[in-house]
Amino acid sequence: MSAGGGASRGARWTFAAAAILIFLFLYAPIAVLVAFSFQESQVLSWPIEAWSFRWYRLLLEDRELQQALWNSLMVASACVTVTTLAGVPLALALRRLRGRLGRFLEQTFLLPLIVPQFITGLALLIVLNRSDIGLSLWTVILGQSLVWMPIVVVQVHARLQRFDANLEQASMDLGANRLETFFLVMLPNLRTAVVGSALLVFTLSFDELPVTFFLTGAENTLPMHIWSMLRIGITPEINAIASLTVGASVGLILLGVWLLAKDRRRL
Amino acid sequence: MWQAKLQRHRIEIVCAIAAIGYLVVFIGLPYANVFAFSFWEKDLYTLRPALSPENYARAFTNDLYRQVILNSAEVATIVTLVSSVLGYLLAYYLAVYAERWRNLLFFLLIVPLWTSFLLRAYIWKIILGRNGILNSALTQAGVLDQPASFLLYNKFSISIALIYIFLPFVALPVYAALEKIPRGYVEASADLGSPPWATFWHVVFPLTVPGLAAGAMVVFCLSFGDFITPSLLGGTGDIMIANVIIAQFGAAYDWPFGSALAILVLLIVMLLVGLSVWIGRTVSRGRA
Repeated sequence: MSAGGGASRGARWTFAAAAILIFLFLYAPIAVLVAFSFQESQVLSWPIEAWSFRWYRLLLEDRELQQALWNSLMVASACVTVTTLAGVPLALALRRLRGRLGRFLEQTFLLPLIVPQFITGLALLIVLNRSDIGLSLWTVILGQSLVWMPIVVVQVHARLQRFDANLEQASMDLGANRLETFFLVMLPNLRTAVVGSALLVFTLSFDELPVTFFLTGAENTLPMHIWSMLRIGITPEINAIASLTVGASVGLILLGVWLLAKDRRRL
Repeated sequence: MWQAKLQRHRIEIVCAIAAIGYLVVFIGLPYANVFAFSFWEKDLYTLRPALSPENYARAFTNDLYRQVILNSAEVATIVTLVSSVLGYLLAYYLAVYAERWRNLLFFLLIVPLWTSFLLRAYIWKIILGRNGILNSALTQAGVLDQPASFLLYNKFSISIALIYIFLPFVALPVYAALEKIPRGYVEASADLGSPPWATFWHVVFPLTVPGLAAGAMVVFCLSFGDFITPSLLGGTGDIMIANVIIAQFGAAYDWPFGSALAILVLLIVMLLVGLSVWIGRTVSRGRA
């Protein structure tokens, strides 16, 4: 929908003003944060009198932080692997189930996305505790995979709804077995849904705190490490970490947009 | 006879077993354990299986817990209302007026979604704090004599951070709904003599209600169940229900009571999800 020629000028300017204010609200804090990350002084004060890379240098020396970053990358990659390998078959299974049962299962699959995450975290903590399984990064991976599974299932399932079942039939008629049909005919059609949800799971997992909070043992992920830093007090080092994550996410999105555009050109 | 039937539906049966198996083990079992635990008893340092309604009775009769739930509901309501209004305005501008700026602005709307929740809550600490940028600016400009302390560690700071975080959650589904409205609908309404506000109210708005309801529901549930923002930006009087539940699993070591509170939160969330689905369905059926 877009405005016809009759749209009044007053309405246009009112909405534009509101939009500018809202974007200012969304971005001014990020600008402040980035500015403070280059402040020399330990105590935050405005205006900034001396600028330096001091806090970024500190990050380079912070071993614990680097370990946490590494752990987060491992956990996020493992979650992507688990949710993709289990989520795609689950979506295929759901597609086969029609009627009441299918609809019921489809809705129940969404549960971990709807329930507040910390409740899923404590629910798993109870189960693990009762089965005497110790907490570690493995339990974090289990918990997060469980929470992000619906994303993969729903995205792939939605794409399957649009998939032309005749193509599948044709492939089988031409002598391909089910496995060949899946890899050669269906998977190429599911590609963007699979890659898209994998990217989403990666970033969500990288940032996840509520489930990890309950399920991590001695090792910290990056958000857990930042969380414990924040509990101690404000250190300007956090501003530097935050600025870097904003930069990294902008980079990732641009990469995603570029990949999608390239994908579309090829089709 | 049934064997032939079994043979014919072999794949469906395998699929059903796989899906149901996953649901039972990875979704049903954990939540069922919370439910079972909510009836357990706690003796000093041991947890004992039982079928006691004690934990629920405690949640309902103790003023403290009722207050905390009301606190959380109040914050979540404010956050939902404000981010719905702001998110709607923004989505409407993007869909209707933005024109050549649309792609750039849409990009700017999703960037914050990809950055850390934790850090987006933290930002407000350096903005609203006693030595924060707002106080520094206001004192230097002579508006305040000395830094104000009422900006941080209260419901205001929790709400503003949550609005900041969740605004795109409303803007995005509303934008998607607005995008799908064929231009002809609006033109037809105008041709039939409706003033612009009537076209908006009777044609455009109802078509965006399902998206708006879904977005608002997500915002409410996420705010209601958040523990990060209140513990970073809230005062001692502003703890929310998630903080209380987490404390039961930590220092208080009262898992059964924590489980009972978690079940109550689950029920509230489910009720709201049902409500928003119902609103979405009723409105779209009324217009179909």
